[in-house]
Amino acid sequence: MLTLENISFDVKGEGGEKEIIKNLSLTIDEGKFVVITGPNGGGKSTLAKLIAGIYKPTSGRILFNETDITEAGITERANMGISFAFQQPVRFKGVQVLDLIRLAAKKKLSAADACQYLSEVGLCAKDYINREVNGSLSGGELKRIEIATVLARNTQLSVFDEPEAGIDLWSFQNLIQVFERMRESTNGSILIISHQERILNIADEIVVIADGQITKKGSRDEIMPQIMGTASAVDACSVLNR
Amino acid sequence: MGQFDQKIDAIQMRILEEVAGLHEVPEGAYNIRANGKTAERSTTANIDIVSKEDGSGIDIKIRPFTKHESVHIPVVLSESGLTETVYNDFYIGEGSDVVIVAGCGIHNCGDQKSEHDGIHRFFVGKNAKVKYVEKHYGEGDGKGQRILNPVTEVTMEEGSYMEMEMVQIKGVDSTKRTTVADLDKNAKLIVRERLLTHGSQDAESSFVVNLNGEDASADVVSRSVAKEHSHQKFVSQINGNTRCAGHTECDAIIMDDAKIVAVPELTANDVDAALIHEAAIGKIAGEQIIKLMTLGLTEEEAEAQIVNGFLK
Ligand SMILES: Nc1ncnc2c1ncn2[C@@H]1O[C@H](COP(=O)(O)OP(=O)(O)OP(=O)(O)O)[C@@H](O)[C@H]1O
Ligand SMILES: [Mg+2]
Repeated sequence: MLTLENISFDVKGEGGEKEIIKNLSLTIDEGKFVVITGPNGGGKSTLAKLIAGIYKPTSGRILFNETDITEAGITERANMGISFAFQQPVRFKGVQVLDLIRLAAKKKLSAADACQYLSEVGLCAKDYINREVNGSLSGGELKRIEIATVLARNTQLSVFDEPEAGIDLWSFQNLIQVFERMRESTNGSILIISHQERILNIADEIVVIADGQITKKGSRDEIMPQIMGTASAVDACSVLNR
Repeated sequence: MGQFDQKIDAIQMRILEEVAGLHEVPEGAYNIRANGKTAERSTTANIDIVSKEDGSGIDIKIRPFTKHESVHIPVVLSESGLTETVYNDFYIGEGSDVVIVAGCGIHNCGDQKSEHDGIHRFFVGKNAKVKYVEKHYGEGDGKGQRILNPVTEVTMEEGSYMEMEMVQIKGVDSTKRTTVADLDKNAKLIVRERLLTHGSQDAESSFVVNLNGEDASADVVSRSVAKEHSHQKFVSQINGNTRCAGHTECDAIIMDDAKIVAVPELTANDVDAALIHEAAIGKIAGEQIIKLMTLGLTEEEAEAQIVNGFLK
């Protein structure tokens, strides 16, 4: 369904060009639950932004349902069926939670329907629906609202960038259930970037990205033993040595 | 009704809807002014409205301890080339609790300028509570300019409370708003201003708040968006003359080739005067637009949503 072909991405830094994603190829099949993990700074969020169209690759091609979307903009990709929950959700002065969920759902949802999505991410809907998506929300609340916007979109491909970050332990189990339900109810695919063993544990496939490249890829049963209890999940030295 | 020689027509009715949220004749007291003359008026047992003897405006008298009543005093100008200055004086009795809705709409299809300069004076009695809403709106495809220059003077007695909501979203070519308030002991003033300018519009808003009585407080917040070639200026002056608290904030989004000036001026004449000013001018954050685009909105739609929310 989604294919990345030889994707490279450079940015201009102080010391000239820096290659953040290096000739990376990856395919995500229909109905699959794929988890990307790997060390901080490895290029995971960058890859997600390349998929959403926020960044354009320096070279390589991106195909979505066999269509070349390399040159397609963010809006176009969103409307084709790609959703993206940010690692760091954006705040909006004056825009209410209800407004945001309605925009995401692309229809005039009733307040009750919008509440459904908030309840799913463990927010007591009536307390939040009229709140502004501004600095008054806590980090975890904002993160849940971000996830709710992607749920409301209900698209073919949903990409979540570290959805568990900032979510408390008690709610964590609920979040896992949200993803499991999503996987059952949509025949779409879910791509989650995560450092959490419990999320890795529900993956069909696991991809490890370090230093802009895929270092491991395979089924959960294949990859889990390789990364748990070894230093390779988070390789502190390679991060420090950079 | 019927004693006045103007009648409300369809255009005027629509403008009334814009500025005063009126779909029909309002409840409570009202005075509707159309093209320079009073068109309709209604008073209640507690709220009296009388024309000034020299014809320059009206006096609105609210009896002490009047509770939960409202006064609407919208003004519409639908003739091109009309220029008027109107004085409205509000006497708000001790201990009352009322809502006052004012507003001015101009429909100018002609080529001459239309101008309405309203001077509103509020005398807010001891412990009285007032919510004041003022909306400005202009429309019409003529070349004639639409000009509004409202002056608001507020005198607040001990323990009184006033909340002012001032909105100007569309269609006024030039506006110069002046608001001056004097606050006695324990009085509290809250101002929320919303402003959107576009085209080559010019808007200036200046506030002077004198905190004269102990523990008086004021909170003046302006949120504005300037688009295209429009100009905005926000001047906010708070004088703390005793133990008091004042806060003023200007939060503006600048777009296209607009220009925004924010001028804070805080004067503390007493060691216990606590005064704060915050001002922020900036364009829409790129990441906000990107987020909305990932929800399927175009860049223009995203901008419109952000501006809408910001001014809500
Ligand atoms: N716009 C940019 N300009 C310069 N460097 C960038 C830019 N965006 C990302 N980087 C760098 O690229 C690398 C990859 O960043 P990315 O955010 O993709 O990592 P990540 O794998 O998501 O890390 P984490 O697990 O910490 O979220 C980092 O070294 C980062 O500093
Ligand atoms: Mg990241």
